[in-house]
Amino acid sequence: MFKAGIEIHQQLNTKKLFCSCDSDLNDRVLGEFTRVLRPVQSELGEYDAAALMESMKRRTFVYQVTENSCLVEMDEEPPHDVNMEALEVAVLVSLMFNCRIVDEVHFMRKIVIDGSNTTGFQRTALIGMDGYIDTKFGRISIRSVCLEEEAARKIDEKEGIAVYRLDRLGIPLIEVTTGPDLKSPQEVKMAAQILGYALRSTKKVRRGLGSIRQDLNISTDGERVEVKGVSRLNLLEKIALYEMERQEMLSSLAEEIKRRNPDLEHIEILDVTDIFRETKSKLIRNGLQKGHRVLGIRVPGFSGLLKSDRYRFGKELAEVVKVIGIPGIFHSDELPNYGIGENEVRLLREKFSTGDNDAFIIIVAEENKGKEALLYVIQRIRKAINGVNPETRGPRDDGTTEFLRPLPGSERMYPETDVPPIRITEEMIERLKGMIPKSYEEAIRDISERYGISMQQAQQILDENREDDFSFFYSIYPDGNVIFRVLFNIIPEIEGEGLDVSSIDSGVLEKIFSALAEGRIVKEAIPYILRDFIANGRIQFDEFKPMDEDELQAIIESVVDENIGDLKSRNVEGALMGILMEKLRGRADGEMVNSILRRVLERRGVSK
Amino acid sequence: MDFETGDLVEIKNKKGIFRGIVMPRHAFSGEDIIILKLDNGYNIGIKVDDETKIKIISKGLSKKTERKSKINENGIPVSVLGTGGTIASYIDYSTGAVKPAVSQEELLLAIPEIEENYRIKSRTIFSILSENMKVKNWKVIAEEAFKDLDDSRGIIIPHGTDTMAYTASALAFMIQNLPSPIILVGAQRSSDRPSSDAYLNLIYSLKLVETDLGEVVISMHGSTSDTFVQVHRGVRARKMHTSRRDAFRSINEKPIAIIENEVRFISSYRKRSGPPVLRTGMDEKVALLYYYPNMDPEILLDIGSRMHGIIIAGTGLGHVSNDMIPVIRDLVSRGVFVGVTSQCLYGSVNLNVYSTGREMIIAGAVPLKDMLPEVAYVKLMWVLENYPGEERDKMLQNLVGEISERRVGIEYV
Repeated sequence: MFKAGIEIHQQLNTKKLFCSCDSDLNDRVLGEFTRVLRPVQSELGEYDAAALMESMKRRTFVYQVTENSCLVEMDEEPPHDVNMEALEVAVLVSLMFNCRIVDEVHFMRKIVIDGSNTTGFQRTALIGMDGYIDTKFGRISIRSVCLEEEAARKIDEKEGIAVYRLDRLGIPLIEVTTGPDLKSPQEVKMAAQILGYALRSTKKVRRGLGSIRQDLNISTDGERVEVKGVSRLNLLEKIALYEMERQEMLSSLAEEIKRRNPDLEHIEILDVTDIFRETKSKLIRNGLQKGHRVLGIRVPGFSGLLKSDRYRFGKELAEVVKVIGIPGIFHSDELPNYGIGENEVRLLREKFSTGDNDAFIIIVAEENKGKEALLYVIQRIRKAINGVNPETRGPRDDGTTEFLRPLPGSERMYPETDVPPIRITEEMIERLKGMIPKSYEEAIRDISERYGISMQQAQQILDENREDDFSFFYSIYPDGNVIFRVLFNIIPEIEGEGLDVSSIDSGVLEKIFSALAEGRIVKEAIPYILRDFIANGRIQFDEFKPMDEDELQAIIESVVDENIGDLKSRNVEGALMGILMEKLRGRADGEMVNSILRRVLERRGVSK
Repeated sequence: MDFETGDLVEIKNKKGIFRGIVMPRHAFSGEDIIILKLDNGYNIGIKVDDETKIKIISKGLSKKTERKSKINENGIPVSVLGTGGTIASYIDYSTGAVKPAVSQEELLLAIPEIEENYRIKSRTIFSILSENMKVKNWKVIAEEAFKDLDDSRGIIIPHGTDTMAYTASALAFMIQNLPSPIILVGAQRSSDRPSSDAYLNLIYSLKLVETDLGEVVISMHGSTSDTFVQVHRGVRARKMHTSRRDAFRSINEKPIAIIENEVRFISSYRKRSGPPVLRTGMDEKVALLYYYPNMDPEILLDIGSRMHGIIIAGTGLGHVSNDMIPVIRDLVSRGVFVGVTSQCLYGSVNLNVYSTGREMIIAGAVPLKDMLPEVAYVKLMWVLENYPGEERDKMLQNLVGEISERRVGIEYV
C-alpha cells in the first residue's frame, strides 16, 4: 500500500541563524580554504553507517568564502545567539499547524560529513510537535516543526574534491515533517502546495528556485525510502509515482528470488582482465590503459532479474557503485553490447561457470576500489530478497531517482553545547497567536471574493505564489478577470508560441495595466503589445490606440461587404467577429465591435 | 519524583504527554525545565509544575564501550602525556559543556594512522582546561616529561590552547639540553567534531619525532585550511586569535618549521643534545602588569610590594606614565626586580629613545629586549629561584631562544 510523508524545507529571508550575515546567494567569491572531515564516535560510542560510507570516499572539501559569510560559516568562531526573528517564525508555523510547542529550545548537532557543513554537523532544533492541518482530502498529521541551518551550496565535484560555497550555509530553514498520511502521488503534490502556502503566508520566506525543497518518504511494503531535495513542486507527483513503481518492482523481485532460492552466500570476486586484452569496448580499453582491472562476480539465479521487461535490478546495482566513484557495471542481461562481443561473453560465462539461470556482473576499476565496489554490490544482491531497501535517494530532472546512501541511523544527534537553551514564554506564544495568517482554504475564498474571480482561479494564484503581483496590478486596474487572463492565459500562450517571456516583469505589466486604466488601450491590445515588446524591446501604446466609433463602423462595414458572400456558416456573426478581431489587432473593445457588427448585420437583414 | 539522568520517562503536563530519556540539565536551562531526548533524537525542554506528573518507564542503562589500543612494537617510541584541553575534550553529559573527558587512549584510537607508525606510550597526567593550569602543574608536566626523555624519540603533550604558550615557556626553562623534542599540541575544535583540527595537528606533530629537533615547541594549524601545521618555538609563540585554527603565531621570528606531509625547517633550531637538565624551581612571587593610561601608581605599588619581581607590559617601546616612575624606583630599591616588555608584542622595547624611558632606566627598570610579556613573566619566576643575585644578567641573556638580537624585515602578521 502506498504511504508517503513529506518534509518541507523552507529558507527564511531573515539574517542567518547563528550570525549576522545576509541570507542571500552571493557569487562574489573572496577566497577559498580546504578541509577534511572525519567520522566521530557518537555518544554511544558507535560510528554511523551513513557517515562511514561518506568517509570511505576520502574527499577533500574546498570552501569558497563570500561577502555574506563570516568566521561562523568557516567554523572558525562559535555560533552567535540564535536569530530570534527566525525562531519566532518557527514558533508561528508550529502554531499554524496546531503543534505542541516545546518550553525550552535545545539545538542539536546532526552529523553530516558530506562536506555541506564546515562543522561536519547541521544545527537543528525541534520547536513544535504532534500537530495537524485539515485539508479537503483529510487531516495531515504534522510530526514536527524544526528550525535548522541551511547547508553550503555545492558548486563542483571532481576527482576526490567537492567545492562548496558558503553563501547559503547558515540561512535559517524551517523543516515541516508530516506523518505518513498521504495515500497517492497526487496527495503528495497537494500536501506540498498547502504546506508551502502556509509557510509563505508568514511573509518571512525566501523566494526563488531552491528556496523551498521537499524530501519525500515513501513506502509500499513497509521499508521507508527517502528521496531528498526535490526543489520543483511539479516533479513531486512524478517522483512519487516512479518511486512507487520502483518499490513494486523490488517487491516482486524479492518474491521471484524466494521462488528461485539461489545460494548467494558464496559469491567470489574474479579478475577477468585477460579476456579483454584485445577488446573493442572503448570503455574497457581506456580503463586498462590506466592500469585498471576488470573484476566480476557470478550471481547465481539472477538471469533476467538484472534487466528484463519486469525487472531492472541491474540499475540499482549500478547506482551502488556510482556512489564510490565508479561509472557503472556491465551485466549478462545486457551483453553482448557496448563493444563487448559474443566471444568475450562466452569466455566470461566459462570463467564464471554460469548456468542458465545465473547472471554475471563485471566492472572496470582500479583494483582495490573495484573490489570494494563489488563487495557493496554483493551486499546489495543479498539484501534484494528483503524487497525494498531502506535508503536515501536523490531526484533526477526526469522524475526518476538514484541511490545516495543508506538511511542514516537515529544516533546522529548530540547536543550543540555552544548555543544556550532558549525559553519559549507564554507571552511570546500569545503574541504570535495574534499573527497567525489565514489558512489555505480561507485564503482562496478571500482572494476569490476580493478580486471577483472563481475559487479555481484564486487557488491557481495561491499555488503559483502570485498574490503580491496580483494585488499590485489590481490596485492599478481593478478587474480581476482581466488580470488573471493576462497572467495565466495570455503570457503562457505567448510562451507557447516559442517566444521568450522572461523579460515580461512586473514593471512591464504595471505600464500596461496603467494604460488600460487610463483608457489609452483596450484589453484586447495586450497580447499585441506584449509580442511587440518581446520583438522590439519597447512598450508602446500609440500603435494600439483604440479606434473611434466612426472609424470602427467603416472597417466593420467593409469587412462585412468583403466576406458576407463567402460565408456559408450558420454562425455568420461569430465568423465575422473572428475576422474582425484579427484585423483590428487589439485596437477595439470586443463588446463594442460586436454591438456595431450586430447593428450592421441587422440593417442588412442577416439574422443569426 | 525519583528519576535520574538516563531514565526513560513520561511527563504529563498541560500540553499532554512527552516521552523520552532524561538528559542532564544545561547550566543555562530554566529552573523548572526537564530536558528530554525524544525518540527522534531531538532534545527538548519541558516545563514542570506542581500539576505535572512524571512516570518512570524504565531505568537507564549506563553504556560504556571499553576498547584497548594495540601496541605497535616496531613503531617509533613516543610518549604522550595528556593534560586536557579542547584537543582531549568530549561533550560532558553531566554539564552539557565541552570538558576534558577523553582518555589519551581514546584519542589515539580515533586516529588509526598513529598506531601504524609509532609505539605510543600514553598516560593522562591530569585533565584540566588550560586556564586552570598553575605553576605546580608545570612542574608535574616537566617531571613526567623528563622521566620519558631517554626512552622516547619525542614527547607529545596535548594541552589546552589558552595558556599553552606559558606551559611551553615553563618547560623550555625547566628542562634544557633536550635529547628529544617536547611538542605541545592543541586543538581549537574539540575532537568529538568531524571538523576537529586535533587530528591534523597530532598526525603532523608526530613527524617531528623523526627529526633532530631538540626544543620545546608548539605545533598547530598554520592556516584555516587543513593543509599544513606550523611549528613555533615555545618561548616565541602566542595565541593571537580567540577561535581560529591558526591562532598561534611566532612573534618576532619565523616559525621553526612547516609540516605539510613532510617536515620542512625554515629557520635555525637547537638540535637534540643531552644529557637533559631538570630544574623546576619557581619563585611564584612574580606578577605581570598590563599598563594602561591613567593607571593609579598605587596599583603598581600595592602589587609590587607583595612580589619579588614584576613584569610590566608597557606601551610602545616599553613606557609607563611619569607618575609611575617614583614607584618603580621605590620597588627596585627594596629589591624587587622590575622588567619591562611591550604590549605591542612585535618589536623590541627600547627605553633610550624618549625621556620617560630614560627616567625608567634611571629608576632601575630593566628593558627586556623583544621578549614576550608572558615569557618574561615565566622566565622571571624561574630565574629568581635558580639564579639568585644574577637576575638582571640572566633575564637579559638569551637562554632558550626567548630573545633575539636582530629582527629581520619579515611580515609580522
